[in-house]
Formats: sequence, structure tokens, C-alpha cells
Amino acid sequence: MATTTDTNHADTANDGHASDDHHHHAPSGITRWLFTTNHKDIGTLYLWFAFIMFLIGGAMAMVIRAELFQPGLQIVEPNFFNQMTTVHGLIMVFGAVMPAFTGLANWLVPMMIGAPDMALPRMNNWSFWILPFAFLILLSSLFMEGGGPAFGWTFYAPLSTTYSGDSTALFVFSVHIMGISSIMGAINVIVTIFNMRAPGMTYMKMPLFVWTWLITAFLLIAVMPVLAAAVTMVLTDKFFGTSFFSAAGGGDPVLFQHIFWFFGHPEVYIMILPAFGIISQIIPTFSRKKLFGYASMVYATASIALLSFIVWAHHMFTTGMPVAFEMFFMFATMLISVPTGVKVFNWVATMWRGSLSFEIPMLFAIAFIVLFTIGGLSGLMLAITPVDFQYHDTYFVVAHFHYVLVTGAVFSIMAAVYYWLPKWTGKMFDITLAKWHFWCSLISVNLLFFPMHFVGLAGMPRRIPDYALQFADFNKWISVGGFAFGLSQFIFLALLIKACRHQGESVSSQVWDGAEGLEWEIPSPAPYHTFETPPVVK
Amino acid sequence: MNNEVNKDKAELAGEEPLLPSNRARQDHSKTVGKILLLVAGMFCFAFALVPLYDVFCAVTGINGKTNTEAAVYKAIDVDESRTITVDFITRTNSGMPWEFTAQTKKIDVHPGKMTEVAFYVRNPTNRDIIAQAVPSVSPGTASLYLNKTECFCFKHQPLKAGAEALMPMVFYIDPQLPEDITYFTLQYTLYDITETAQESVEVVMN
Repeated sequence: MATTTDTNHADTANDGHASDDHHHHAPSGITRWLFTTNHKDIGTLYLWFAFIMFLIGGAMAMVIRAELFQPGLQIVEPNFFNQMTTVHGLIMVFGAVMPAFTGLANWLVPMMIGAPDMALPRMNNWSFWILPFAFLILLSSLFMEGGGPAFGWTFYAPLSTTYSGDSTALFVFSVHIMGISSIMGAINVIVTIFNMRAPGMTYMKMPLFVWTWLITAFLLIAVMPVLAAAVTMVLTDKFFGTSFFSAAGGGDPVLFQHIFWFFGHPEVYIMILPAFGIISQIIPTFSRKKLFGYASMVYATASIALLSFIVWAHHMFTTGMPVAFEMFFMFATMLISVPTGVKVFNWVATMWRGSLSFEIPMLFAIAFIVLFTIGGLSGLMLAITPVDFQYHDTYFVVAHFHYVLVTGAVFSIMAAVYYWLPKWTGKMFDITLAKWHFWCSLISVNLLFFPMHFVGLAGMPRRIPDYALQFADFNKWISVGGFAFGLSQFIFLALLIKACRHQGESVSSQVWDGAEGLEWEIPSPAPYHTFETPPVVK
Repeated sequence: MNNEVNKDKAELAGEEPLLPSNRARQDHSKTVGKILLLVAGMFCFAFALVPLYDVFCAVTGINGKTNTEAAVYKAIDVDESRTITVDFITRTNSGMPWEFTAQTKKIDVHPGKMTEVAFYVRNPTNRDIIAQAVPSVSPGTASLYLNKTECFCFKHQPLKAGAEALMPMVFYIDPQLPEDITYFTLQYTLYDITETAQESVEVVMN
């Protein structure tokens, strides 16, 4: 896949610069991609990898929706259905959304802060190239005797310890590798931002995408080791006779949920903070105004990140916590809506009386604001302890987190790709295809996820391959929306392939006429090496 | 550069940000070192959560676990003015074939008074099984005031194929038990731990 991307970059590398000692001639063919330490190459690899994973995880979602098209069991066995929900979740979280953001960080952070590359280019290569192996291990476990992991992406004990198959070991190792990859990626981002900013690029002048990624990187550093510890405990409980989560041996299964969600809640902000950064770059460009409330955006992002560490037990309201704790976690969770609201109001205020134009990235950005807010509001509903007893483990939860992750994180990634793609390839993408992609996605994604709120409130449980008859009509339409959303992504694929073949009109270095920032001052396509002499930021 | 607007702010910039690759290399290893410390620290912290969780639960009593070691009875005044009802519930974990019932389903006791109850178990299978009982008290805070001087849950309980037994439990309730608790439930769940505990119990069985 990746080899279909432009060879032009390699050419530019060879003729553009008398190479200094650590930049040899770029090797061609597959070795170029295997051995590359160039942040743009690695960014491209991450993005293609994420897109392939998005399609694979999406195919699993199609299996789920096909089974749920009608009540009753018709297409797959329940055990396979469980594997699909589990691996769909794992792939979308660790294989699609997170690598896509890391890819964007690789491409953009050095260009935005005027650095020649990431701080640790060889580690950068490694952190990408271990990822395909992690997912090879995870996916191959599906073909093992007994099947792959079937305990949900949250792998609650004792489902993942007492009641899981032997492939749990493969699951654990693949999560370890994903974790190591994420941690290395985060280290790279932090070191690059701390040490490699161009002269004059003070912290409070950094573009918001850089800021949000810096904070995200710290979240990754703080919680990926906790995930690694959690899977390690599952591994030893299952195979080496420890009793971290086994009541019979003196452990406690509820402890698993505490440890998991101590990782898990910051994790959901890992998947949304970079999205906030992207939207904060795009909205000002197409409003032709400075971002409203830059400093408040930075502080709001930091507050969200800090609060994310003290709200984990809102995923566990039904485990029998004392009322005082439920109250604490309820109010702490609701508190997060304050900084998040600051952000939404700032975006809206940026657009207010702006000279708006609705290019494709702006369409996705506006859809993001509206639909992410819907997901945020259903999150507030879930935060209310007494009603959470009704919503818990229903499709209402599924609707909530797909609104924030698909129309939130994924839409922001698409917005980012449309926004920076002309800078990467030097050509404008096919706008007609892009419009088709946007409108088909927008309509189908709402048909897919909006009715889930209703079936959830009516009591349809998640992760079950069958349902009561009264949910049949809704589920039929949800599945239709699902298939349409899945198919819409092939429009995106076609557009990306065209873009990588450098078809289309050449663009100026600024690309969008309201765009501001260092990355818009270098030529389009961005040369293989940029800012070897640091720019001076005034 | 286009950041004309921020020109004045640049002069206010505190630290001087730095520069491409080679010169900053040393700074990198320092920064990386600090971050790696954080990574290692968080990994250890996750494991530290295990004992911390136990200590936290033991101090607050919120998850209803009773003490795993025998309490020593100190002569204390029996508080005849209060009567506490204790419910006994038994269950077996899935896959555990024993019959397990409380001989006393419900009992009224005065705080401070020693009381003995017994639980009946039978192993209806044709293999020897070792069991572990795990207690749980509801409401959880009552667990802090339930003192057991003798309990079958302190030890592994082996039972030969077809055998039956009465397992005693002796307890008293601390008179400090909060006024609002007049009734609590003590539940025992039996787990089959034959596989994991074989070696340690062999001695007991002979």
C-alpha cells in the first residue's frame, strides 16, 4: 500500500540538498520505507497503516451489523460475534485512531515548530515498524483453535482470565507491543517539542495542534504503562497461577476494573485531544480570523487532561460503590464539561462574524463540532449516577462513544487529511469525490449511530448477537446506515489513491487562503527535508 | 514570517528554544531519561495499586471483605440493649459441584456475645476437591465490626469424594458497630481451587 505513495519525495531528497553526513541517498523501493528515519515518510506510513486498520476494523463492524440486521442468530456463532466486537474495538482504538494521530504528529509537529525532523528519528522508525507485528499477532489469533479474544476490548477479569482461551497470551503480547510503540511515539513528540522549536517559537506561540499533542503525549506516558501492567496481571493470573483478580486466591475482580479504567479514561482523551487541536487549526483558516481564546484553549486542554485522572470510576457505577464515591465521580465527570464547553464556545466564537467558506476540511470540522457535542451531551447523561444504572451496558453507551470517536476523532482525522493533503502531495485532491465522501459519511453515520440512543434507552444490551423483536426495525436501519458508512469510505480510498498519484491541480504554498503557520510557508509539496536551517519566528 | 502580530510577545519569551539536531542531542538524552523514569514509575504504580487497593478496602471496609485472620476474643461487655440480625447466605462459584448450606440461616445476636454457627458441605462427586470460601458482608462497613475467632474461610477446605462435613464459624460483633446498622448479611462463596492448591493441602488431608 505504502509504496503507492509518491516517489517525488525521494527525488526531492536527492536533488534538493547537498546531503549532510546522516542523510544518505534515499533508498528506493520497499527499503526506503523500511529504513526511513524521515518524519514525513514515517507519518505517511502511520497514516496508511491507520487507514488499512480502519478498513479491517470496519469490516468487523460490518459483520456485527450484518448479524444484527435481523433478530435471531443467522450469520455467525455467538463466540465469533464476541470476537468481532472485541477485535473491532481493539483495532479501532489502537490500530486506527491512535496511529492516525501519531502519523499526523509526525508529519506536522516538526513542520509547525520549525524543526528539521523528529528528535529521535531511529526510534521513530522502530515505533512504527513494530506496530504491524502487533496487529499481525492480534489478527492471527482469530484463526487459532478456540478463536481470538472474545472478552470485549475492556478485557474484564474474570472473562479474560478464568473464561478466556489460550489466545489470550497473544492478545497480551500484542497489547504490550502497541503500548511500547505508543510510548516511543509519545517520547518522540515530547522531546521534539521541548528541544527542537525554532528560535522565537515560544510555548504560547505553538499552534494548538502541537499543544494538544504535547499534552496527549504526557497522557500516553502516564497511562500506557498502566495498561501494560494490567495485561501483565491478566497474563500471570491466567497462565502462572497468580491471583490479582481472582477472589478465590485473595484477589478482587473489581480491582481489575479500577486499574483498567485508570488507564481507560485518560485513553479516551488521548483519542480526542489531538482532534481538538486539528479543529482549532482548521476553523480559524476558513473563518479568516485568529482563533478566539488561544490561551484558554491551552488551559482547557490541560484541565481536561488533569481531570481525566480522577473520573475513572464513572465506568463502574454499577459495581456497588458507596454512595459517597459515586457522588464524587459523578461531579468530577460533570466538571469536565466546563473546559470542553470552553473549547466548543471558542470554536463557535471564532466562526462568529468570520468570513466563512466551506471547503471540505471546514465541512468536516463543523460536522465535528456539532456531532462531537451530541456525543458530549450523551456523555453528561451517562455521568449522572442514578440514570447510569439504566444506561449501563446498553446501546446508549455504544451510541455515546461512537459519536465521540467516529464523528469526533475519526471525522477530525479526515478533516486533517483533507486540510494538509495538498501540502503533502502538492496537488489539490479531487473535490467532487471529497464532497461525495463527506455527505455520504455524514448522512450514513447519523443513520448508523443516532437510533442507537433510542434502542439503548429502551433497554437493548450491547455485545449481544441477538435482540428482542421490538428492536428489529431500528436495528435494520442502523445496519443500513452501517453498510452505507462502510461503503462511503471507499470513496475516501479512491480519493487518497488519486492524491498519492499526484493527480490534480498544483497548489500554492499557502494552499488555503486563510491558512497561517510555518507549514504553509514551505513549498507544496513539502520538500523531503524542511527547516534544516531553523526559521526565525517573530 | 507571518506572525507579525506576535512580534512584541516574542521579546517577552522566557527561555530560548533550540535548535536542530546535533547541538541538541545531549538535551535529548536528558529529556528521554526523565520520561523513561516516568514510564517505569507508572508501570510500578499500577502494581502498587494492588496492595494499596487492599489497604484502602481494609481501612474503609467498603468492599465487605472480612479479616482473613482469626480475631482474638477480648472479654468485653455484651451490649444487651441492641440486637443485630445476621443473615447467612451461601453460594458456590460456577463449576463448583459441592452442596453448601448454612445450618443457621438467620440469627439475632447482641454485640459482644460469642456466637457459633455451622455450615454444611458435601462433595457429591467421585473426586477429591479442595475449596476456598470467600466471605462478603453487606453493607460493607459492617465487615469492620465483624470479628471471627474461628472460620472455615481462613483455610483451604479439602473434602474427599462423597464426604460431608460441618464447618464451624465463631464470631462476635464489636459493640462499636454503628447505630444505623441493625441487620447485615454475610455471604460465603465456595470456589474450587483443587488445581492451584493441590500441593499445599496434601499435608492436611493425610
